[in-house]
Amino acid sequence: MSSPATHPGALRRLLKNPKAIAALAVLGLIILLAIAGPWVFPYAPETTSSATLSPPSSEHWFGTDLNGRDLFSRVLQGARVSLIVGMCGALVSFLIGTAYGLVSGYVGGRTDNVMMRLVEVLHSVPRLIIIIVAIFTFAPRLEGFLHVHWPEMKGYAKVLLIILSLGLIEWLSMARIVRGQVLTLKEQQFVLAARALGQSHVRILLRHILPNLIGVVVVYLTLTIPAVILDESFLSFLGLGISDPQASWGSLLSDGKNAINPIRSYWWLLVFPATAMSLTLLSLNFLGDALRDALDPRARR
Amino acid sequence: MFTFVVRRIFSLFLVLLVAVTASFCLLRLAPGNPFTQGERAMTPEQLNAEERKYDLDGSLFSQWARYIGVQRKNSKENVRDVRQETISEKSGGREVSQGTRELGEFSGLLQGDFQPCLKYKDRTVRELIVQTIPVSATLGALALLLATVVGVTLGSLAALKKDKLADAGTMFFALFAVSLPTFVVGPALILVFALWLRWLPVGGWNGASSIVLPAITLAGPFIAYISRLTRTSMLEVLGQDFVRTARAKGLAEKRVIYRHALKVAILPVVSFVGPLAANLVTGSLVVESVFSLPGMGGFFVNSVLNRDVFLCCGTVVIYCTLLVLLNLVVDVAYKFLDPRITLDE
Repeated sequence: MSSPATHPGALRRLLKNPKAIAALAVLGLIILLAIAGPWVFPYAPETTSSATLSPPSSEHWFGTDLNGRDLFSRVLQGARVSLIVGMCGALVSFLIGTAYGLVSGYVGGRTDNVMMRLVEVLHSVPRLIIIIVAIFTFAPRLEGFLHVHWPEMKGYAKVLLIILSLGLIEWLSMARIVRGQVLTLKEQQFVLAARALGQSHVRILLRHILPNLIGVVVVYLTLTIPAVILDESFLSFLGLGISDPQASWGSLLSDGKNAINPIRSYWWLLVFPATAMSLTLLSLNFLGDALRDALDPRARR
Repeated sequence: MFTFVVRRIFSLFLVLLVAVTASFCLLRLAPGNPFTQGERAMTPEQLNAEERKYDLDGSLFSQWARYIGVQRKNSKENVRDVRQETISEKSGGREVSQGTRELGEFSGLLQGDFQPCLKYKDRTVRELIVQTIPVSATLGALALLLATVVGVTLGSLAALKKDKLADAGTMFFALFAVSLPTFVVGPALILVFALWLRWLPVGGWNGASSIVLPAITLAGPFIAYISRLTRTSMLEVLGQDFVRTARAKGLAEKRVIYRHALKVAILPVVSFVGPLAANLVTGSLVVESVFSLPGMGGFFVNSVLNRDVFLCCGTVVIYCTLLVLLNLVVDVAYKFLDPRITLDE
């Protein structure tokens, strides 16, 4: 059983939805620019120049920042980091949340009870505590690990750290949603049939239950990516996120908002990263909505 | 109803205990400690003396028990001795015996003692909370009101004009508002309304005009959520039999919507607003820092960054209490809005 079989016509319905097409087009463009940017554009994001804080011009499309770096290149570099953090963070939360929810819902009984109480405990602790503690706990270990086993990745330690930490707190809702679905799915005829045929639990979970979850999971995954991107920008706002000379949309924005003051406002430092980020988040949210409509025709009115 | 409320109050203590315990343990187990000031490193002896002074020495369980107030604290005289001894030890004095720990009284959360702040040493956690909560609460309440009123209005409007321009416009605005982080909306509003138009102050906490921009900023994303929620639920309700009956009776459309449909359609909004309220009232760090307001959010974040366990757990206590109480209010409100619901199982 594959996913198209469980959601017949989903892709066709998705591609008929103009909102989805627009969202996919914008996302595609941003991803393409993020990938191609560094080779296509004349300024490297780290190159400083004497033209500091110059407004947008034909030379520097988005203007330059405090150190004379070209903001357009910085925004593209930020796009890479933010998109990678968003996607990988969502992926980590997807892996943990789905596995947790599958086991909890399928095993049921006391195990389910204990596992769901744990989720509730983690929900009751303000998430900021968990994120910050995770960052401070993992930071030295991760750096040590990379130093020994994977030296080429050392420059990306911070990015990896943020992906891990954010993935580790975003899985809670996913686990709940998956568990709820599994609870109803496992009582259905085809699962009983599979069990009667003597299939193993692992096989039932992977071959029969998981494919039926794909719709819900994909929708939720699409909505988790913007959530993680926003979380990262919040961390950058606190000064815990990506730091100079690397850039993410969050760190650019947090630099930009410091440049707003009563005497002179360097508006381009805020406006361009904000536009890039909100366009992406908007498209992802639109896509999530459209996916939900496409995968669950009953919810459509 | 009565048993329900009593049970909920009981569960409040359970939630409080769990949340405080988890936060306490996480912060104590995380690397770093609240006593290091700046770059200067402390000697193990100094650190030990500080931890002993604030009852953060010994095993994690014992630290927790003293904070909650189920174990006696270190005797305060003994603590003073240790500090004097460390001083005399520094000046080349006698050998210090640090093994003994005389016991003082019970004084923890159970006894109503929130402990002193570890970073701002001359303040107590209680003082800080009492001082900052009016700011956060005023701002939060205002934002909540704004989010609910505007959100429900926009959502109902969108549902009534389904598939028309107003609907599409409202829903686009809603998605747009969710997609913008607060710390972008805040400075953008300042830029337009405070710096260019000069209608409102840039920040600070003086007078009604200074709350307007922060409240709008804080309410923004929630207006979006609530309007989406209202739209979905309103569409569902409008298809139900009792609405058809009301229309068939010949009631004015306005009356059908506001007196009959909205009362039911608002239920999911009510259950969303409960937990949200606790969030808003305890302050949003970003909004407070963008508009330089002296609220609770900033102290909470700093307490986590500084590993100030006492301040952090103090704010967690407030947060959880509000969360549970507001959820209780929501459940009771449900009963009044929809008489079909029974609270006692």
